[in-house]
Amino acid sequence: MDDLGNLAERLARNSYLVDEAQPHIQVDQEAVRRTGAGPLLVRICPAHVYSQGVDGRIEVAWAGCLECGTCLAVAPEGTLTWHYPRGGFGVGYRYG
Amino acid sequence: MEDDVFDVIVVGGGVAGCVTAYQLARAGRSVALLERAATPGSKNLSGGVFYCRVMDQVFPGFVEEAPVERRITRNCVSLLNESSGVTVDYWDARLAEPVNAVSVLRGRLDAWLAEQCEAVGVAVLPGVRVDALLRDADQVVGVRADEEELRGRVVILADGVNSFLAREAGLRAKEPPKHLAVGIKSVIGLPAQRLEERFGLAQGEGVAYAVVGDCTQGVAGGGFLYTNADSVSVGVVLRLDDLAASGRTASDIHDHFLDHPAISRQLAGGTPLEYGCHLTIEAGPQAVRQDLTAPGLLVVGDAAGFTLNTGFTIRGMDLAAASGMAAARAANAALDAGDLSQRSMDRYRAELAATFAGRDMRTYAHAPAFFENRLLYRDVGLLAADVMHGVYSLDTSPRSHLRDVARHAVAGSHVGWRRLAGLVFAAVRSL
Repeated sequence: MDDLGNLAERLARNSYLVDEAQPHIQVDQEAVRRTGAGPLLVRICPAHVYSQGVDGRIEVAWAGCLECGTCLAVAPEGTLTWHYPRGGFGVGYRYG
Repeated sequence: MEDDVFDVIVVGGGVAGCVTAYQLARAGRSVALLERAATPGSKNLSGGVFYCRVMDQVFPGFVEEAPVERRITRNCVSLLNESSGVTVDYWDARLAEPVNAVSVLRGRLDAWLAEQCEAVGVAVLPGVRVDALLRDADQVVGVRADEEELRGRVVILADGVNSFLAREAGLRAKEPPKHLAVGIKSVIGLPAQRLEERFGLAQGEGVAYAVVGDCTQGVAGGGFLYTNADSVSVGVVLRLDDLAASGRTASDIHDHFLDHPAISRQLAGGTPLEYGCHLTIEAGPQAVRQDLTAPGLLVVGDAAGFTLNTGFTIRGMDLAAASGMAAARAANAALDAGDLSQRSMDRYRAELAATFAGRDMRTYAHAPAFFENRLLYRDVGLLAADVMHGVYSLDTSPRSHLRDVARHAVAGSHVGWRRLAGLVFAAVRSL
C-alpha cells in the first residue's frame, strides 16, 4: 500500500465522541515503573494510545483508543485501570 | 411486561445479541437490547467472511435482504515468504448457489440487524453501557447502567470478547495472552469494477485470502484479505503472547503486511478508508467448555468464546448466530416453565450440543494447539516455495522426479522429515 498515512491520520478517519469528563484509561505510573511494562504498552497498542516520556512516565492519548482491550490483556496486574467509555462515547467505526 | 420487568435483557448488539433478541421477540417475549455504541454496529469489527447459511433460519432470504458486500466464491490459502509465496486458489460455482459465505462490513450489517429487532418489537436501547449485573441472592435479575436499573427475568450476555460482565459473574476468568489475538485491519476503497478486474471476479462475487508466514514477521497469527462491494478489508491477526515476546510494534506488522509486494499490488491506487482493531479468542474450543450459564444468565457469541480458526476457515459470526439461536430456545423454555434456576438455564448446554456450533467446537478442540507450532510462521512457507522452485526453475540442469525435488528441499530446510511428518500428522488430526 503506497500511503496509509500516519497513525494520527488513520485515526482521524474514524468518528469519535470524546468523553472529556471521564477518561476511560488510567495508568498507575508507579506500578508501570516497578514492572517495566512501559515499552510493552507503547508498542502493543495498535492505535498508539501510549507513549513514554524521557522521565519514564506513560502518557495516555485515550481519546484515540479503538477499545480493543489488547493493553489490558497484556498489562501486568495493577498497572492499568481500563473500562469501556461511557455509553455513546468513544470510537465509532463507519465500516467495521 | 409487568412491573417494568422485561422477559429478557440482551447486552450487546452484535450478531449474537441481535439474533438472540430477534428470536425471543418473535416468540412473543418482551425483550430489551442494550448496546453501548451510540449507533448499533459502530463498535463492531470483524476480520473474516460470514459463513451465512445459518442466517436463513432466522431471516429467510438473508443474502438478498441484508446489506452484505460480496458473495465469496473464491477462497485462497497462501504461504507467504519475503520474496515468494505458494497459494492454493479454490474457486467453485457451487459456492454461489446457495450462497455459502459473504463479506460484510459490520457497521452496516449490525445496524440492519438491530432494525430487524426493532421491527419485531425489541426495545433497542443504544448508547447504554451496562456496568453490572443485578442479583437477588445468586439469581441474576437485571442490569445496572449509569445508576439506572433495568430488570429482566433472563439476562443474556452478548457483550463481546472482553465480556467484563461474564467475568463479574464469575463465569469467565481473565484470559491469558496466549488465548487472545489482536486483529488489526484496514479498509481500502477501490471502485467495484476495478476490484472485479483486479481479482478476476464476476459481478457481486468476492474472494477471501487466509495468509500465513512472513505476513506477521514470524509472530504467531496470520494475514487476511477479502473483497467488499467497493473496498478491500486487509490486515493481520497476532497472538498476544507471541506479539509481546517478539519485541515488535503491532501497527508495524500490519503496515509490513500491506507493504508486502504480493499484497500492495492488490491495493495499488486504493484509498485508505478505515483503520481499526479488535481482540479475538484463539482458544475458542477451550473457552466454551467453561460455564456459560448461571441462574437467570446465559452467555453467547464472542463473550462465550465462539470463534474457530481451522486454518482454512476463520469463523465467528456463524457460531455467534447459532449460539444465539440456542440461547433463545433455552431462555424461552425456561420462561415457559417459570423456572430460571441453574438447572433450567443449563438447558442451553443441551441446545448448543445439538447445533453445528456446539459440534464444531468439539471437532476442532485441538486446532488451537496445532497453531502453536512455530514452523507454520516461517519454515513451512519457505519449504513449500523451495519445492515449487525445484519444479519450475529450469536452469538447464537435468530434471529430477517430484519425489526427489521434495526430498532435496526438505534436506535443505530447517524443518526436517521428522518435524514435517509430525506437523502433517497433527494437521490431519486436528483441522
